[in-house]
Amino acid sequence: MNASRRIMPYPLRSTAAALLSVATLGFASHAVAQQEPIKVGILHSLSGTMAISESTLKDTVEMLIAQQNEQGGLLGRQLEAVVVDPASNWPLFAERARELLEQHEVDVVFGNWTSVSRKAVLPVFEELNGLLFYPVQYEGEESSENVFYTGAAPNQQAIPAVEYLLNEVGVERFALLGTDYVYPRTTNRILEAFLKEEHGIADEDIMINYTPFGHSDWQNIVAEVRRFGSEGKKTAVISTINGDANVPFYRELANQGIDAADIPVIAFSVGEQELSGIDTGPLVGHLAAWNYFMSVDSDANYDFIDAWIDYTGDEEAVTNDPMEAHYIGFNMWAEAVRKAGTTEVDAVKDAIIGVTVPNLTGGYAAMMPNHHITKPVLIGEVQDNGQFDIVWQTPSTVAGDAWSDYLPGSRDLISDWRKPMECGNFNVASGSCGGSTAAEEAEAALAE
Amino acid sequence: MRYPPMPGPAAVGARAGSAAEDSEPMHAATRGSWLMVLVLALAFVLGLTLTAPVSAQEAEAADDTAAQALLEALDVSSFSAKGEAIEAIVRSDDPRARDWLQALLDGRLQRTDDGRFVVALDNSGRQWPVEDALTGEALGEMSRRDLERIGINNALRNQLRSAIAVVDLYAADVGLRRASAERLLGEVDGDLAGPLAKVIEEEPDARVQERLIQALAIYRLEQGEFAAIDDLRGSLHPRVRVAFNRVLNSDDPALVDGAREALNSIEQMLKVNRAVETLYFGLSLGSVLVLAAIGLAITFGVMGVINMAHGELIMLGAYTTWAMQQLLPGQPGLALILAIPAGFLVAALAGIAIERGVIQFLKGRPLETLLATFGISLILQQLVRTVISPLNRTVITPEWMSGSIAINDALSLTLNRMVVLGFALVVFAALVLIMRRTRLGLEVRAVTQNRAMARSMGIRATRVDILTFALGSGVAGLAGVALSQLTNVGPNLGQNYIIDSFMVVVFGGVGNLWGTLVAGLSLGVINQVLEPWAGAVMAKIIVLVFIILFIQKRPRGLFPQKGRAAEG
Repeated sequence: MNASRRIMPYPLRSTAAALLSVATLGFASHAVAQQEPIKVGILHSLSGTMAISESTLKDTVEMLIAQQNEQGGLLGRQLEAVVVDPASNWPLFAERARELLEQHEVDVVFGNWTSVSRKAVLPVFEELNGLLFYPVQYEGEESSENVFYTGAAPNQQAIPAVEYLLNEVGVERFALLGTDYVYPRTTNRILEAFLKEEHGIADEDIMINYTPFGHSDWQNIVAEVRRFGSEGKKTAVISTINGDANVPFYRELANQGIDAADIPVIAFSVGEQELSGIDTGPLVGHLAAWNYFMSVDSDANYDFIDAWIDYTGDEEAVTNDPMEAHYIGFNMWAEAVRKAGTTEVDAVKDAIIGVTVPNLTGGYAAMMPNHHITKPVLIGEVQDNGQFDIVWQTPSTVAGDAWSDYLPGSRDLISDWRKPMECGNFNVASGSCGGSTAAEEAEAALAE
Repeated sequence: MRYPPMPGPAAVGARAGSAAEDSEPMHAATRGSWLMVLVLALAFVLGLTLTAPVSAQEAEAADDTAAQALLEALDVSSFSAKGEAIEAIVRSDDPRARDWLQALLDGRLQRTDDGRFVVALDNSGRQWPVEDALTGEALGEMSRRDLERIGINNALRNQLRSAIAVVDLYAADVGLRRASAERLLGEVDGDLAGPLAKVIEEEPDARVQERLIQALAIYRLEQGEFAAIDDLRGSLHPRVRVAFNRVLNSDDPALVDGAREALNSIEQMLKVNRAVETLYFGLSLGSVLVLAAIGLAITFGVMGVINMAHGELIMLGAYTTWAMQQLLPGQPGLALILAIPAGFLVAALAGIAIERGVIQFLKGRPLETLLATFGISLILQQLVRTVISPLNRTVITPEWMSGSIAINDALSLTLNRMVVLGFALVVFAALVLIMRRTRLGLEVRAVTQNRAMARSMGIRATRVDILTFALGSGVAGLAGVALSQLTNVGPNLGQNYIIDSFMVVVFGGVGNLWGTLVAGLSLGVINQVLEPWAGAVMAKIIVLVFIILFIQKRPRGLFPQKGRAAEG
């Protein structure tokens, strides 16, 4: 509560605090407050380019809310979804976030997909002290007091995936292909440093290529990869190609006859949903690294899939990794609310650290002090039915690391939001909070 | 990897001695546990109600027990143990071995809860039709919850393909033998080399024979045999190049020189190949640009209407293809062909609606037309998102458009792009014919050159407007049908092409169809030539800057309109 008292001047927080104090004093308004539904904000694009990925996440949260209400809601109150459409427009994300927190006074927000949109809403959530659950794998180098990162950090996806290629497949050359924006660029920088420093891969054995969003003519790049891979060393492609550009990319791979057994492609942004737009027959054996696959053999997963199919009414509906992240995030939030006995943001923020809920892969996910969660890392091979077959997984779950160990500047940083540290970028070398300018350094390096 | 001995009658003579010994203990083991097998076999026979002679049944059942054990060994989690189990299956000489390996390779080999092995005939959806892996008996449908798939990974996939290739060397079907020979290039080792020499002698098909000679030669080259260089000379296959590169490190100077000389000539040929490839890539990208822009060349170029919804008309064509494939399930090829007239019609009707509903009221006000049509484009996008889905739709590529044609071992041209290139040229030719040779074309040209004069000559200008706009829109629909084979069919499809389309039309010269063709193809080639060394993002920027500079110098594009029409 100390932290929140310091920055209390905003209407939402004072109302929330007032409500809380009234409720605890046990006045008549207590009952009234209980009758009021708990408002859950959903901040996912329903139109524009990102609607393709984000609209299913909106449905997922709505389904989770419906399920929770069937079980009697939370703290005896019903949950109510407040849906806004930021229309794939990054500045609009910030406006909609403000609308959710100020006008609708929601207790929690589930939302965002792209890193740009997350960066856009970050100041709003910190200013108005909101709660955001962010469900997508991302580039790391960030830890906010108000954001819970339920997707994978690089050490929960990219690094284990590359280790799999090096150790299990015996890959010696790497082609890093990505879409030209912050996530692929940061991830590839981490991977490049990791490959060179930790595994002594030579410069000539790493090829890096960036393409614009929605790139559709892959002939030249795929031909280049084919040549790059025909030099006698085992070659793999690490793809951070985003969304729409993947369909023409995989089509070109198939047409140019690049077989997964010769040059496997491991993707960090391609899931079941992206594959549902492609005939996967020629792509069998290409890889993806995630923390969840629809093909996971666990009862929790089968129940989730059945519920999802019933909810959407579509027999062919697929589930994917960010949906699982929302499933985990939602249950963690609900558990924290139960533990705190209130939806008040600061109480929930304190209560949620250490909360453990089941994930869909048959294990458990725990919220760490750095606002990241523990996840198993799975490597799947594409099957001809559009699903992934899990060929490898980490022996236990991996805790998300907000600050990469392979980047200068971010190496010495840790994040711990528990008292008394309460710091998102504590520099262990200098012993001070915010002691490094890692974020600026990362951005400066990207600008080069 | 070690090569197992080959099953099948032809293999018997060729089998290496050591391998024959390897399989001996297994028979011994079978004999040793004869009693147990008999009990099991009897139990099995009792389970089946067959009327065949008992002795045959017994043999079959004993066989099935061994077979069950072979499959049993596959059901382990370790991939290396699975690899050994696969090898055991190959050695077993079981006539069903190839089917099992193929099913395993395709991910269709499953295990039921009660330990039986079944092959799923179709593994899409939640219920799969299955048959027994041992007896081939159909077992109806099973839920995927009750089946456990025998999973494989890429390493096993390689092993399986090689194992199947070795079996297929003796196949009666020449197609299988060709695939097998193709597969064995660079995969021959000591175990296979001996039998392979015999196979080459007996092989009737010249292509298979040539490939196998090369496959064997790679092995011989690795063993340091100088004569092998001659067998590999001139081959552009990457595996041959890898083999030569490896030999460069050998300590035999004659061999190194020979390999270096052969490599040099290969590199020369590869350079030519690469140039041809880049040209093809460029023409293919160009044909996409031409297709996307050619409809605009009519509505914008000839009529002077700035239609920002042009991209969405392309999108409508692509969605029509998807809809046709939904209407005709199982016949993607036929659906695609029928989508050509259907896509034209849908986009043309949408075009007429836009022209009648909006554009006719904004005649001569380009800025307002631009804004209004931009609004229409947003409306159409959101309409598709709301009515159909924000998700991309799967458009299936028919068999005859998948894969590529191999010109030689290093150069293959992708079929889908070749078809689109041809289609673009046909559409272009048809449009030129319409504009030059038909009454409609004549009227269109008359109206655009001098509207008042044309009207006074008895041409119904309004009708010509509608028809021209419908034609341009319809051609955009055709572009959509073609693009559905190359890129995503989703609500954003059109957005990606609208800028490029305007670029091509302006660069080629407004109002000139030939200009659009030349501009589209040359921009495609320039882009593809730049891309390898500038990167995709820079290549796009360079092309845009180039066009801006070009337009500064020649504002009317590559092929400016001449005469009085130009002043209009």
